[in-house]
Amino acid sequence: MRYVNEFAQHYNYIVTIFLMVAGLYVVIARGNMIKKLIGLSIFQTSVYLLYIEPAKILGGTAPILDPAYKVYSNPLPHVLILTAIVVGVATLALGLALVVRIDEAYGTIEEDEIFEREGDA
Amino acid sequence: MSKLAEHLPILQVVVPLLGALLCALLRRGTLAWALALAVSWIMPVIAILLLQRVLDGGAISYRLGGWAPPWGIEYRVDLLSAFVLVLVTVVGAAIMPFARRSVAHEIEGDKQAWFYTMYLLCLTGLLGITVTGDAFNIFVFLEISSLSTYVLIAMGKDRRALLAAYQYLIVGTIGATFYVIGVGLLYLVTGSLNIVDIAARLAPAAAETSRPVFAALAFLTVGVSLKLALFPLHVWLPGAYAHAPSVATAFLAGTATKVAVYVLLRLIFSIFGVAIAFDTLPVSEVLLTLSVAAMFIASILAVFETDVKRVLAYSSLGQIGYITLGIGLANVPGLTGGIVHLFNHALMKTALFMSLGAIVYRIGTIKLADLAGIGRQMPLTMAVFVVGGLALVGVPGTAGFVSKWYLAVGAFDRGWWPLVFLILVTSLIAVVYVGRVVEVAWFREPSGFAAGAKDPPLSMLLPMLALAAATIYFGIDTEASAAIARRVAEGLIGGLK
Repeated sequence: MRYVNEFAQHYNYIVTIFLMVAGLYVVIARGNMIKKLIGLSIFQTSVYLLYIEPAKILGGTAPILDPAYKVYSNPLPHVLILTAIVVGVATLALGLALVVRIDEAYGTIEEDEIFEREGDA
Repeated sequence: MSKLAEHLPILQVVVPLLGALLCALLRRGTLAWALALAVSWIMPVIAILLLQRVLDGGAISYRLGGWAPPWGIEYRVDLLSAFVLVLVTVVGAAIMPFARRSVAHEIEGDKQAWFYTMYLLCLTGLLGITVTGDAFNIFVFLEISSLSTYVLIAMGKDRRALLAAYQYLIVGTIGATFYVIGVGLLYLVTGSLNIVDIAARLAPAAAETSRPVFAALAFLTVGVSLKLALFPLHVWLPGAYAHAPSVATAFLAGTATKVAVYVLLRLIFSIFGVAIAFDTLPVSEVLLTLSVAAMFIASILAVFETDVKRVLAYSSLGQIGYITLGIGLANVPGLTGGIVHLFNHALMKTALFMSLGAIVYRIGTIKLADLAGIGRQMPLTMAVFVVGGLALVGVPGTAGFVSKWYLAVGAFDRGWWPLVFLILVTSLIAVVYVGRVVEVAWFREPSGFAAGAKDPPLSMLLPMLALAAATIYFGIDTEASAAIARRVAEGLIGGLK
């Protein structure tokens, strides 16, 4: 019973860490450049959860000064993650643009095929 | 004027940021270059003013938007950040006059303005990292500099530049994300993002047993180590340096890894403090092991490379090993050596990569075999290379000797004399890889590509010569750079013990 409780209490963290590891695994294990970027995106997105989860309080509202509300969610992590999302989008866009250029230059986006052609790189 | 003087810290970020915007609007290569040059020459003036103020009156705290720290973002310039600011801006100022011809030669006309835009954005990011006192703000600037760096690398002529940029993008993003995870964990524990505030809240007694704090340190260190290319997290660096345009390589080799080292110093000494990082956790042992491995393996790999740019890239990895060795030694002379090498290595590596850029400008290739006899055709360019190479080896009278001397003293103080021996041996390996290039360039008959070459125009030559002269100057007048580095080291180690 104790373990079920532990699991339930940490469920959100378990999901976060699963996504984190899964994303990182895809980046390492896949040779297709688009799939690598998808993995990278999942990895980055999991970090958004790491920030947002502890900031959200059940029943909490946005921090508006009003006598009707007593419980607020912490706005700072939300703002930070808004910034991180922008960074993530920019990275993904740049990564995809590079993949397009690589496809034009090499005619493939499989890493092992490209390394075969270059020898080193 | 005094009103403006209060705002010097923010100007370090705002001026290049606006410059980048204007560059993007100008669209004309030469105009964009002129603007980038103007910005690059203003920056060191501001940086030196800041250093002067910090030397006189201690750390400067700047409230962004008037919000008091720790709630608002604080820009905090202490001696270490002022030192790194001067270093980065001086390298930028030296490179820009050199850049016009080199960039015009290597990058198509309509893309040149974009090159300068990206250069200025990269400068914004690097200076922002150095000037800010907010852990999350560092991440934002880190990504500004990283994203523009990927573009700079991808502008290389060879299609392999695209591949190098892609690989660096993957590795760099993983590094930055690790950094954010670490900052997130720290925020969960302390509820603060301000570096000074975090350090105060991580009171050693409470932090010693805290697992999230250890995890944060691990994530942050690994993330930043990816950025500074600490062995074995260096795989992105040789390709990126080898295929980026010459100007980009010279700039990045002199600044990007140095700023990452700065972040590592901040993390270990300003956030976690000596007690957690060195007494509780084995950060010192890990750093020492990896640094020695980097010094050896990277230097040996450099010996077997045939592309001179790659030789220098591998040599950079080895030299970064010396810097992290200084951090790992964790005593005042060792840390002084590490910090002064940060400065010295930036000078010599920028000069070396600029001399290679000049060779590319004249003969269009950088393969060792094509450089036969180039020293006789381009004597001044290769003289810069020789001076830089001697400094890499650490010959007395060059800047490299000063750093290695302090490192050796630091190792002696700890009683680790085998380490002194290792420093000596790796310097001898540097003799081999520098010597190989020098032998080919000076002692062979000019042939093929090299036969018709001559020294580049003055605009390219003067910056290189200035940096080479600085390399010698800081090797003779050891007080100038080492004295500041020593004060920085004493501040870092004493401040939080």
